[in-house]
Amino acid sequence: MASDSNSSESQRIAQQRLRIIAGHLQKHKDDDSGTIATECKAEANKGTVPRKRQEIMKWNGWGYSDSKFLFNKKGQAEFTGKRYRLSGMVLPSLQDWFENTFGASVNHKSPATPALNASAVPPASLNEAFVEDLKATGIPFSHEAEDRVFRAHGHCLHEIFALREGKKFERVPDMVVWPNCHNDVVKIVELACKHNVCLIPYGGGTSVTSALECPPEETRCIVSLDTSQMNRILWIDEKNLVAHVEAGIIGQDLERLLNESGYCTGHEPDSMEFSSLGGWVATRASGMKKNVYGNIEDLVIHLKVVTPRGVIEKSCQGPRMSTGPDIHHFILGSEGTLGVVTEVTMKIRPIPEYQKYGSVVFPNFEAGVACLREVAKQRCAPASIRLMDNEQFQFGHALKPQVSSIFTNFVEGLKKFYITKFKGFDPHQLVVATLLFEGDRERVLQHEKQVYDIAATFGGLAAGEDNGQRGYILTFVIAYLRDLGMDYYVVAESFETSVPWDSLCFSLLLSFFRVLDLCRNVKERINRECKERGVQFQPLTSCRVTQTYDAGACVYFYFAFNYRGLADPVHTYERVEHAAREEILANGGSLSHHHGVGKLRKEWMKESISSLGVGMLQSVKDYVDPDNIFGNRNLL
Amino acid sequence: KACTPNYSPGRGWPCFNTDPMLKRDCFEDILEERRNSSDLKYALRCYAPVLYKGVTPCKANMLKNIVLQSDQLHYVINQVSQESGEAPDIIQEEASVILEEMAHRLQISTVRCFAFALSKAFKTLFQHVCVNEEGIQRLQQAIQEHPVVLLPSHRSYMDFLLMSYILYTYDLALPVIAAGMDFMGMKFVGEMLRMSGAFFIRRSFGGDKLYWAVFSEYVKTMLRNGFAPIEFFLEGTRSRTCKSLTPKLGLLNIVIEPFFKGEVFDVNLVPVSISYERILEESLYARELLGVPKPKESTSGLLKARRILSEDYGSIHVYFGQPVSVRSLAQGKVNRSTYNLFPRHIPRKPMEETQSFVNDTAYRIVRLQEDNMVLKPWVLMASLLLQNLEGLELSVLTEQTVWLRGLALSYAAFLDWPDQAPTAKVVSSSLALHRGLACVSGDRVSLVVGEPLGPVTPEEALFNRAVSVLSCASYRNQVLHVFLRPAMLAVAMHTAASSKKNEVYNCFSFLWDMFSNDFILCPGDTVQDFEEACYLLVKTGAVQMPQQDIVMTDIGQPTLSFFNGLLEPFLQGYQVVCRYLCEEASEGLTEKQYIPAVRSFAVKLILAGNLRCYEVLSSDMQKNALAALLRGKLPTQKALLARL
Repeated sequence: MASDSNSSESQRIAQQRLRIIAGHLQKHKDDDSGTIATECKAEANKGTVPRKRQEIMKWNGWGYSDSKFLFNKKGQAEFTGKRYRLSGMVLPSLQDWFENTFGASVNHKSPATPALNASAVPPASLNEAFVEDLKATGIPFSHEAEDRVFRAHGHCLHEIFALREGKKFERVPDMVVWPNCHNDVVKIVELACKHNVCLIPYGGGTSVTSALECPPEETRCIVSLDTSQMNRILWIDEKNLVAHVEAGIIGQDLERLLNESGYCTGHEPDSMEFSSLGGWVATRASGMKKNVYGNIEDLVIHLKVVTPRGVIEKSCQGPRMSTGPDIHHFILGSEGTLGVVTEVTMKIRPIPEYQKYGSVVFPNFEAGVACLREVAKQRCAPASIRLMDNEQFQFGHALKPQVSSIFTNFVEGLKKFYITKFKGFDPHQLVVATLLFEGDRERVLQHEKQVYDIAATFGGLAAGEDNGQRGYILTFVIAYLRDLGMDYYVVAESFETSVPWDSLCFSLLLSFFRVLDLCRNVKERINRECKERGVQFQPLTSCRVTQTYDAGACVYFYFAFNYRGLADPVHTYERVEHAAREEILANGGSLSHHHGVGKLRKEWMKESISSLGVGMLQSVKDYVDPDNIFGNRNLL
Repeated sequence: KACTPNYSPGRGWPCFNTDPMLKRDCFEDILEERRNSSDLKYALRCYAPVLYKGVTPCKANMLKNIVLQSDQLHYVINQVSQESGEAPDIIQEEASVILEEMAHRLQISTVRCFAFALSKAFKTLFQHVCVNEEGIQRLQQAIQEHPVVLLPSHRSYMDFLLMSYILYTYDLALPVIAAGMDFMGMKFVGEMLRMSGAFFIRRSFGGDKLYWAVFSEYVKTMLRNGFAPIEFFLEGTRSRTCKSLTPKLGLLNIVIEPFFKGEVFDVNLVPVSISYERILEESLYARELLGVPKPKESTSGLLKARRILSEDYGSIHVYFGQPVSVRSLAQGKVNRSTYNLFPRHIPRKPMEETQSFVNDTAYRIVRLQEDNMVLKPWVLMASLLLQNLEGLELSVLTEQTVWLRGLALSYAAFLDWPDQAPTAKVVSSSLALHRGLACVSGDRVSLVVGEPLGPVTPEEALFNRAVSVLSCASYRNQVLHVFLRPAMLAVAMHTAASSKKNEVYNCFSFLWDMFSNDFILCPGDTVQDFEEACYLLVKTGAVQMPQQDIVMTDIGQPTLSFFNGLLEPFLQGYQVVCRYLCEEASEGLTEKQYIPAVRSFAVKLILAGNLRCYEVLSSDMQKNALAALLRGKLPTQKALLARL
């Protein structure tokens, strides 16, 4: 995990320094732009992400170039690199699982195009006047093919698949700019308005809603505004427990820098290694530990947003206001259609004294959901509680690294024997909930007991810290696994929703939940659609409950299939996902819990928020951005 | 011991549809095996049906507990308690009494008893009991995938025993069956039926919220969990006329709702068509329709039952239709997300969209039942005899029957005509089986009129004749669904002022509306039915459609006049009802008085020689005619009379 830094003893000096810098910056806040701009450039870039992202990240897959899964000569799976706990390890069971689950074979490869074919990239159509004016500001920019292509996509299946296949691009940004601070953004937006240039904000590039795709019908010059260099913590206010941060900072840097001062935000979306603060705001992100820290909308105290009409911000940092509808909520979830979030003041917390993972095994998914519902009802959810279904449980097992000692092997065997033979759990039914507790030691232990007691009433058995931790590691490597699948004719994707509990519980054997009905119906719909659309192998459909709320839960689906024999696997995939989304909506699920709408789910917006609701959003857009400068055409 | 019935494929019953476009399955005779091996062994054989997603069958008591503890029921209990001021405990107690009265107590031992006894009975009563095995295989598949609802046609008390018998024979999950409370009158029989899977519902419980809640929750619980296929009769009651009855929607609404609420992925509706060559209740039904009291159930009744056992009732065909997926049907018709904004345990009246979907579905299922009803040659002969009540030459009857056979086949009737046998043989053996209804004296075939015991009044003689006419009509009615649309077109052509297509259509549409209680006409299908009728009449060469006209061809006369004759009794019947209402009916006529009053009005007309139609004496027709008038779609009674 990226956050398991041990620097809980706060580094006072670093903190001091940060505060000095922050104070310094604040003093100059409203000075004329010239000085600030120089200051912007004077600061060295301390972020993880360089301007040339392709130097450390894959251009056609997930994550770092040095980290990937592969099947070695012996046919065993390995995870390369040094960055993760799994890095450099051999995963002996993965191959069997992979071949059995998908009907795939390590002998049938579907390799990706090795490098970007520059001729497949449409030439940049530049707005010369804009470029001239931009040069005068000294803000760095580029119109190299690699830079432009990198910002033409997020991580939707069809986007990555097209990159791997070396398909011709219809539309990519014509240039990329890298503002260094708020004032740079102000200048860029002013110039864009002046020259009628289309701006598409780009944060971490982890969108899975086609939000970064350039509208093919856009005839103006498209400029990708990459915020990655705006990555500083401007100040930390320990009195009020807030930090003022530039919105381009990515999750792991934010956590690392705050940890240096003894703080954290506690906001940990699964994509936090790469996704940015501004992106979280723009999509209404949710973090795994929201039970303790809240979702992004709970964390934001103040926002600064540059729009074609000027800068929006509130005049104070009061913790709650009754000043009409909250204007932050026009920005939260606006998906880059109104402007660029440049600075965010957000809540911070001292790093928790103690952290403990845990896990509980349940005889079946129904029992697990019933337990999560009870935990939510008693409002005693740990920082994170997630319930994986049986498919994911088995998948997790397939990712166990080689065990060196016979003793561990023996203990594992014993555990398995206890659960399946002694307790009578069916290995093809049982599911596991992973838990993460945070706080001071005593309270964590108390809390832990409370949760395990509830679990026990639903037939749950505590299954150790290791299993829990493994569940969370999986979160970070699962995106890498999709690339492995794509090397062997397997396409995969995930999608999510939120849904009311609607519980109806008779006994351990018999409980009804809307959550369960939704999971079952969506899986069945996927299976049926795959069959009808000629998918020749049984697809993998798996789900997990990743968040609990008083009134419902967030459910996350994984869906993958072997596409050998299909003419257009991406199209097939998209039709199936479309059907799955319709099923979700019909079963009372929402259009999205935290991924957003982008362009992928636009067609359901009216149905979701009513045409009047769409009209309200449209009128805000029309007022704030009448010339559609922020022309990514997401959402509406 | 073999777990599954083992029939050699070579001995299959012959397929008898000649239209290659219509894919219908072949039949197997399940009695053949029974005649060749021990019934006792059969009743005791191992029975291990496949279940829905491998659920463990649930004990009847546990099922009751689930229902009584359900949020749905609790909600209604609290509601009723608030309205009535009674304590919830008392209402809860009431609910439990209702459930006790309702619930089935399916026991395999009782089923085995039935299996033994029915084997014996069926072998005596029937020549064959034929089942389409492909349908059984489809059903077996469907049971494993989604909750299944069996929807058989209802012509006889035998229906549900027969269904369970067949499912037991094929090692399929035994259904739980919604039965009318009237069975409970017979104490012992009622309990036996209960133990073979029947659950009992009151015939009417309109305003009783609690009853409705218990009932619907009971059915839904069984469905949601897939404990057993649910079986009920869409028509609500046995059809005394052998015409399909207008479907009742209550239970269908209940079994479809879990799908709309997302509680199940899909529900499979399986239409089952049960066709009897001779119905056990044949003359009982005619008497009932005529308002002649049933013979008392007593020792004499038992003696009569023995007489039934000594008669030959021909064969039964049971056709399990293609399972109909509610999900596919509802695709694009019902927006399920409208169910999202209400708690699922609070009962709600179905929305308009849903109601019309359920109504539509019900009609379609009944039409599917009709389509797969097996028709015997006698059905065609009965249609001809009824148009010639004075009787006709055997040779003419034979010739016309052959002609009608051709017509029926070209209209895709599911006709069981023994191809190998010469026509004369087919006709004579049909007459032999139905010797109670028709007789050949010399060369003439005519309807049999029940032998009067001693001197009779003219009225009694009239009723005796009416019994045979109505009995015979119940056979003709079986073929009506095949001929109905072209026949209405023929009548429309006959009555329309000109041959202009739109005028004919107006007449057709008038008839269509008028007859929508008597026949299964899917709501809103007027245009489609008109087009189908045109297509069929043109296809058989009876009608031409130059430009905007519809005209009879040179060879169309026999077809069109047969069709006019086919609907004649109905037209006359409606006419008589109208005349009665115009001429005789007094203000403040109650529904109770209506039937006897119309009946005596018609009797007078017949005795005076002014009316030759006996079918108007049928209470079924009288009720339908009244309903058509009450529906108010028809202009006025006088106008109706004028048009007829």
